[in-house]
Amino acid sequence: MKNNPYMLWGLVIIAFFSCVALLAPWISPLDPSLIDGQNLLMPPSARHWLGTDGLGRDLLSRMIFGARISLSVGIIAVGISIFLGLILGSLAGFYGKYVDALVMRFADIMLCFPTFFLILAIIAIVEPSIYNIMIVIGLTSWMGPARLIRAEIISLKTREFIQAEHALGASDARIIIRHLIPNAIGPVLVNATLGIAGAILLESSLSFLGLGVQPPIPSWGNILIESKSTLGIAWWITIFPGLAILVTILGFNFIAEGLKKIIG
Amino acid sequence: MIKYILKRLLGMIPVLIGVTILSFAIINLAPGKFSTLDQAMNPKVSPEYQMRLTKAFNLDKPLPVRYLLWLKNSVSFDFGRSFIDNRRIADKIAERIPVTLGINILSLLFVFLVAIPVGIKAATQAGRAFDTVTTYFAFFLLAVPTFWLALLMMQFFCIQLGWLPISGIHSLDFEYFTPWHKIWDVSWHLILPVFVSSVGGLAVISRYMRSSILEALSQPYIYTARAKGLPYRKVVYKHALRNALLPIVTLVGLSIPGLLGGSVIFESIFALPGLGQLFFQAVMSRDIPLIMAEVVLGAVLTITGNLIADISYAYVDPRIRYK
Repeated sequence: MKNNPYMLWGLVIIAFFSCVALLAPWISPLDPSLIDGQNLLMPPSARHWLGTDGLGRDLLSRMIFGARISLSVGIIAVGISIFLGLILGSLAGFYGKYVDALVMRFADIMLCFPTFFLILAIIAIVEPSIYNIMIVIGLTSWMGPARLIRAEIISLKTREFIQAEHALGASDARIIIRHLIPNAIGPVLVNATLGIAGAILLESSLSFLGLGVQPPIPSWGNILIESKSTLGIAWWITIFPGLAILVTILGFNFIAEGLKKIIG
Repeated sequence: MIKYILKRLLGMIPVLIGVTILSFAIINLAPGKFSTLDQAMNPKVSPEYQMRLTKAFNLDKPLPVRYLLWLKNSVSFDFGRSFIDNRRIADKIAERIPVTLGINILSLLFVFLVAIPVGIKAATQAGRAFDTVTTYFAFFLLAVPTFWLALLMMQFFCIQLGWLPISGIHSLDFEYFTPWHKIWDVSWHLILPVFVSSVGGLAVISRYMRSSILEALSQPYIYTARAKGLPYRKVVYKHALRNALLPIVTLVGLSIPGLLGGSVIFESIFALPGLGQLFFQAVMSRDIPLIMAEVVLGAVLTITGNLIADISYAYVDPRIRYK
């Protein structure tokens, strides 16, 4: 940890935001949906540390609850994509031949779409909601992990310890799950950490465009919707949620960099 | 070379077919039908109108037949008519292309002009102050949400300082300007969008350039060149740079999907009449034929980008051609 400052800083940042997200109901100073007509667009003060929004809601409380949404969307979306990537990638790598051709050509086709276009097109048909955002991001980003795991498995499967397993009569599933995936997981972890950062960025962009998490549920992206109309009037609404996104993404990118160093 | 290009072109066909099948499937297998979508938003939609929609989109025919009909029309650039204003989709898209294309070309130029020298300097001074600073700065640029950066820039340059126009592609009284004034006006409006859309590219390309140069500098031919007594600068800018630029060439083609996706965000923030804004409007109003057309267009552009990347790589590096 000492000679890996990226990892250290990344972990500190992400631990901080995870605590904020987990403890949201206890640490949030006010109810995030409490509308206060007396205190519209108040600048930061002793009562409202980060000020209030156009409905008089406390910005800090909204951001604390927003951390829950943004982090969970990022983590679950990447969970889905890694799960799909692991299954499809290891099947393709292990069985080769037409399984490989089928999965990888499908991945190639998926990679031909600009991801943001594809996500928006799907969102236009299914309703935008937290769950749909998670699923859609997951379904459109499994190709990277799948390619990585496939490449790792292809290089691993001819090694002696795997041949030994075959000779011992281990089933394919056992070899893949117990021996191949654990040995191939390194690059996928780096990819997953970067993926969480990417998914958080995607969610905030979608929410900012009004096509992601829907108000009144607070997410860092949809808090920023209001900053379009309060530009020049209420700087705090623009600055703080954006900083939260920036620092969180920085944290995940640092962890990814640290992991790269550890893996070698 | 021609054989290589032909081989690649033929290889594109199955991918293109796959792309069209997939986009068709996504739009058509989703719950709800075109003909009932309108009804959900407007209960007064008459049964006749629904019948007309059903006919217009061949909804009464089986799925594979519909796909083939749609494909037949799409190949001749007939994507049907928009739900919103009943204009031909091909026209709506065509008039939007110059803005998006122009901004992306400008931002690519900007990225290359800045990122390549920065990457070279960072590589030749690896581990020193300039390298460290640019490394951290690249991390920062990669983490900053584009739309937030756009908001901050608008707040600072347009509202507080009043230096730059806040949105649109030209001023309201544009028509009455002289030609030179017109060019001046448009470039003035493009400064922020071009800068904001370059941010990600700056970080990625400068990092890429750095590692590419570092790799080139560790090759034996560099030692030979140095041993001959050539000055360090000449070795870096002639021998190392030429080889280090090879992988960068392909990045231009590969950056197309990211640029298209980004254009949705910044074109809607800066109110620029480009493809991204059109796509955003289509999504907001559920203009399905337009969404379909743009998704397929995006995929075709991405495939073309990959192809250009491959061909240009094969052109600059003959080893690729003969593999």
